[in-house]
Amino acid sequence: MEKPQKVLILGSGALKIGEAGEFDYSGSQALKALKEEGIRTILINPNIATVQTSDNIADDVYFLPVTPYFVEEVIKKEQPDGILVAFGGQTALNCAVALFRAGVFEKYNVQVLGTPVQSIIDTEDRDIFKEKLDQIGVLSARSVAVTNMEDALAAAEKIGFPIIVRAAFALGGLGSGFANNMDELRALAQKSFTTSDQILVEESLKGWKEVEYEVVRDQYDNCITVCNMENFDPIGIHTGESIVVAPSQTLSNREYHKLRSIGIKTIRHLGIVGECNIQYALDPVSEDYRVIEVNARLSRSSALASKATGYPLAFVAAKLSLGYSLSELKNSVTQTTSAFFEPALDYVVVKLPRWDLAKFEGVNRQIGSAMKSVGEVMAIGKSFEEAIQKGLRMLDTGKRGFVANKPEQVDNATIDKLLSEPNEERIFAINLAFEAGYTLAQVHELTKIDHWFLQRLLTIFELGKKLAEKRASGLGALETGLLREAKKAGFSDQQIAVKLLGEGDVKADELLVRARRKALGVLPVIKQIDTLAAEFPAKTNYLYSTYHGTENDLAQETSKSIVVLGSGVYRIGSSVEFDWCGVNAVQTAAEEGYKTIIINYNPETVSTDYDVSDRLYFEELSFERVMDILEFEQPQGVILSTGGQIPNNLATRLADAKAPILGTAPARIDEAENRHKFSSIMDELGIAQPRWKELTSLDAMFEFVGEVGYPVLIRPSYVLSGAAMNVVSNAFEMESFLKAAAEVSAEYPVVVSEFIQEAKEIELDAVADKGEIVSYAISEHVEFAGVHSGDATMYYPPQRVYVGTVRKLKVIAEKIAKRYEISGPFNIQFLEKNREIRVIECNIRASRSFPFVSKVSGNNLIRKATQVLLGKKVERDASELVYDLPFVGVKAPQFSFTRLPGADPVLRVDMVSTGEVGCLGDTAEEALLKSMLSVGYKIPQKSVLISSGPILSKIALLESARLLVQSGYVIYATQGTHRFFAEHNVPSSLVFWPDDYQEPNVLTYLKEKKIDLVINIPKNLSKGELDNDYKIRRTAIDFGIPLLTNARLAKAFIQAFCTLEMQDLKIKSWNEYKAM
Amino acid sequence: MENAKSVKLILEDGTAIEGTSFGAFTSTAGEVVFSTAMTGYPENLTDPSFAGQILVLTYPMVGNYGVPGEELYKSISKIFESDKIHIAGLVVNYYSEEHSHWNAAKSLGDWLKEYNIPGIFGVDTRMLTKILREKGAMLGKIVAGGQDVELHDPNQDNLVAQVSPTEVKHYGQGQHKIVLVDCGTKTNIIRCFLQRDVELIRVPWDYDFTQLDYDGLFLSNGPGDPKMCTATIQHLQTALSQDKPIFGICLGSQLMGLAAGGDTFKLKYGHRSHNQPVLLSGTKRSYITSQNHGFAVDTDTLPAEWTMLFENLNDGTCEGIKHKSKPFFSTQFHPEAAGGPEDTEYLFDDFLKSVAEYKAGQDS
Repeated sequence: MEKPQKVLILGSGALKIGEAGEFDYSGSQALKALKEEGIRTILINPNIATVQTSDNIADDVYFLPVTPYFVEEVIKKEQPDGILVAFGGQTALNCAVALFRAGVFEKYNVQVLGTPVQSIIDTEDRDIFKEKLDQIGVLSARSVAVTNMEDALAAAEKIGFPIIVRAAFALGGLGSGFANNMDELRALAQKSFTTSDQILVEESLKGWKEVEYEVVRDQYDNCITVCNMENFDPIGIHTGESIVVAPSQTLSNREYHKLRSIGIKTIRHLGIVGECNIQYALDPVSEDYRVIEVNARLSRSSALASKATGYPLAFVAAKLSLGYSLSELKNSVTQTTSAFFEPALDYVVVKLPRWDLAKFEGVNRQIGSAMKSVGEVMAIGKSFEEAIQKGLRMLDTGKRGFVANKPEQVDNATIDKLLSEPNEERIFAINLAFEAGYTLAQVHELTKIDHWFLQRLLTIFELGKKLAEKRASGLGALETGLLREAKKAGFSDQQIAVKLLGEGDVKADELLVRARRKALGVLPVIKQIDTLAAEFPAKTNYLYSTYHGTENDLAQETSKSIVVLGSGVYRIGSSVEFDWCGVNAVQTAAEEGYKTIIINYNPETVSTDYDVSDRLYFEELSFERVMDILEFEQPQGVILSTGGQIPNNLATRLADAKAPILGTAPARIDEAENRHKFSSIMDELGIAQPRWKELTSLDAMFEFVGEVGYPVLIRPSYVLSGAAMNVVSNAFEMESFLKAAAEVSAEYPVVVSEFIQEAKEIELDAVADKGEIVSYAISEHVEFAGVHSGDATMYYPPQRVYVGTVRKLKVIAEKIAKRYEISGPFNIQFLEKNREIRVIECNIRASRSFPFVSKVSGNNLIRKATQVLLGKKVERDASELVYDLPFVGVKAPQFSFTRLPGADPVLRVDMVSTGEVGCLGDTAEEALLKSMLSVGYKIPQKSVLISSGPILSKIALLESARLLVQSGYVIYATQGTHRFFAEHNVPSSLVFWPDDYQEPNVLTYLKEKKIDLVINIPKNLSKGELDNDYKIRRTAIDFGIPLLTNARLAKAFIQAFCTLEMQDLKIKSWNEYKAM
Repeated sequence: MENAKSVKLILEDGTAIEGTSFGAFTSTAGEVVFSTAMTGYPENLTDPSFAGQILVLTYPMVGNYGVPGEELYKSISKIFESDKIHIAGLVVNYYSEEHSHWNAAKSLGDWLKEYNIPGIFGVDTRMLTKILREKGAMLGKIVAGGQDVELHDPNQDNLVAQVSPTEVKHYGQGQHKIVLVDCGTKTNIIRCFLQRDVELIRVPWDYDFTQLDYDGLFLSNGPGDPKMCTATIQHLQTALSQDKPIFGICLGSQLMGLAAGGDTFKLKYGHRSHNQPVLLSGTKRSYITSQNHGFAVDTDTLPAEWTMLFENLNDGTCEGIKHKSKPFFSTQFHPEAAGGPEDTEYLFDDFLKSVAEYKAGQDS
């Protein structure tokens, strides 16, 4: 095989449920592998927050949608001789299959490197796949692939209930579910057919063990399995929703190798070249098995397996696609042994999913065969107990581990339900069950989780009890034996403090335990991950800590070093953008001559690649663990302002412990985070804010509302994660909301703020050095304030902001930077209405938009910030020239409502998007259209439904409606909108509200796909109003019809697609924009 | 753990590690070696090649799936690799006292007790492995309750003589008559043959098989220094002068090398794992193999008519040899697996094919 000269790589686009940061990792590795070969690389990926779309990774980057049209255009222009399609998840794979079928690769003579597209089709089409397995006598679940409802029902008749329905060609189990009878099947199948032409009706293997293998094969037919993994949760819960353990724990040698051999046989038969994943169901009481599926591409599991073993799967897969044999490649950890080997682990890895379901109104919280989680963590330990407790803390949901969490009062019926119909709280329900005296057998009966795992959890539970029994004698009772046993079982100092001393001042008690522990000499040891269980020395420093050991694998870093704290778990509001920030901070520190040390635990990230830093601690970002590492490494400084809120929250405690925090003083950070302190400082500086008050009684609230008027934004302090933040529009809603959400008292106050309508939201991302701003970027939201900044669409540079406003913003920012003596990155959010500017908040850390503005402006704010943090003199740059930029960037959010059955797909004050893209264009319209096409919007073919809500948005949309009609679109409108349009001579067809039960009904039109785009603007954000239109929005989502709920964005989108043709969307690389 | 008793592991270099006892509470001495296999302790512990060795498992949690009950397959154990535990002692980080598996009949600890084998857990096995990696496999002992024992080098013993049977046994019916020279064979080798139309004659290590009527000769794995097996080597030299196909595994490979006129040497710390990569010499074809050996053939010392068949991708050592013209070959690794990967089981077919070819040649 001749080595290609120029290779195109497809990325996965915005992060979404089922397709997240793991593809930034795999794409980055592939690009690195090609670069090493001197191959020119072209990347298509609109996800501007990724590391792979940074400078100097690919030779050219196109921030364009990964869709057949755009990919073909790029191929036409770039004329690559090879393409990699397995590194961008299902998005890239689906796109490649479409291009292959359309003969595009053939037409332009582009060779698909690695696994042939035909093999991909063989694995994706359930019928062909099953046939392929049959050919070699490998068992798969009894199933029938069908393309219509009738056949689906007939198939179920034949197989017998319960059955599972799966949609072909879908990521993360979208459109899948269980059905126990014909009615359930009918409902499920109807939905599945909306996402896929083909669905699979299959025998249910609920309760079987779920086991996966990562398989690698080269073109010489050499084949290995790099890692196997066992799901803690049995079949029935999607592997992305399961707690997963690597390697398998309850499989005998025979089972392990039986499945391994079947995997190799299958992958050889399918002809995969590169990496893939094979999933099995294994009977818990025999060696019977079924192959569930093969993912002929890098996947979430492969990213996990790479991090779990140290074997760089994506890197190796990329090399294999160039024609290398496995034995020609080196093991990059030892750098002496071969890449043709199977890692031996001397630790255990536990992956846990992170959900954010509480953020969604109306969502069905049960977890099952379709993915709903938004992120994951990986914990490493020498025992399952140690790893899982670390992992439960890493999720950052306020839990201290398996035990010692805030007490909950639940009855047995609730426990039974939580165990047998799991939601995201199930693991904690197991603890509740133990507390309620359930036996292990009972818990097993309800959960079908293997006894071995349950036994390990019981061990933790019992240790917790043992600690609690010593409460009377307090800390003095904490002797070395018990303490060490608890630490080996993964107890944090805080957990021990709670068990031993009760729920008092937990943070202070934690310090007492820590001191006692150190006095007793119970310390963690640092161990290396080396792929070969110490058989050969490792050259890389991929590290974790454990209490099962007596010796550190390495000594403290002796050169001057910097610790960078990573972003931790991805969740709504914090994801790949902070990984980009962390990676850039590390790279800058390395350039400045420091040894770099990263602490992070997210397996989906690039920062947790062991070659990004000199030392990688795959560890908790907790006060305890970070201090352990700082005490061991004694670095020159620690950077916590590039990792988002998790590291930022540690600032005060680390500072109290005398950690060498770089940048803005933690006391100042606290003055910005604390609402009261921030507010009085703004008053002191004469900077306006929306009025707000922290209130402890209903009367006081009504009094305050009397001053500021409705609507108001209310935020109860009792509810974690800000989920209960809401806007209320009248007294009735205020009362009912508070009744439902939380109690109001001196102990649990409520923050009420004035909610300014029709205000523009503007953001400033900046870097300051000792209070002086050295660089900044201003961006503007398309939507009016009221949409969370993470859900907003943004222009950079701003398009409709007066120069005078910009000047005022700058003055305010300078005052704030000075007052807070900011050194390093920060972000301020502003409201502007009638040229009056108010500050909403200030975050003294890097913000979500740092990668976007840095890449569009060409001015890397993190690099600057890191230089400042390291004490390097940074000159104030020319960022004021931002308006001279000859092109525009638009950042657009990606929503995953399709994956969250029941959730109301509306934008509110609380963030609900799971990812974002950023696209470039010569004009704002072009950039906006590209970015919206990147997050799944489609230009409507012929019809648009408008249900335009309040009078202001009706007016706002009138011109857009006229434009639509001029462009030849048919407008369907609900009653009020229809009347309003008629009054203003815009023709539209009336459709009835869902509750009118009258045809033509909007729901019928949606289900029959007579509508190509839905614009539904809620009158206000109160619950009653939202419920009204809910059916329209949800049906649109369930039937795959693009939905807009914001008038400003709808207007901008309509303007863009009515004035631009597809050929107006320029196929220009990032380099070409930079050269403008 | 309740009633935990502390025991000590002491190495010949003076390293002393305290841990907790499981299995039999007794003292033992042997050669301390490590295995990086992540599964397969029932198979490993009964592998006669481990005779005399204190085994350190690098996988940190051991005992999870218990130990299966005995089942027989054509009069041999279906599950285990011999009829007893052969290791001298077991060292682990974490012993999973409670186990879970549909097939389990007892816990690992109880099983060790049955054979009076001591186990020790709570040991930093990674630290221990690194010592063995740096200094080489060394002698050591587990000391329980102050009942000290002398260090003892099992490689000075004729371990093969200890684990080899004393009588000839016949198994199965089939078209090929294969003699298996049992220097401590794993039962899965027998199973592999019996699944392939073979009549097997299992003979003791020092038995003069040259007097038997057979179609092919098989040399099994076994413990210790191959040079101890002088009787086997002598008989083998006779066989090498003839043309009947010969296949050797592990110790059998070393014996073939010695009988051919080559030399063997002791590896620093041996290969004991399920993930050893080997390359079929002169090709791009590689296999993941199961291995358990402390000695290897020195290919430089082989006569000209012999060549390396497989080589280790990690350290370049010899993983098998073959005769350039006669149907004699061997593997240092274990094609019969159990435990470990099954990728090279096809070598049994290759061997039997050469037996068939040999027989066809004789007939014509």
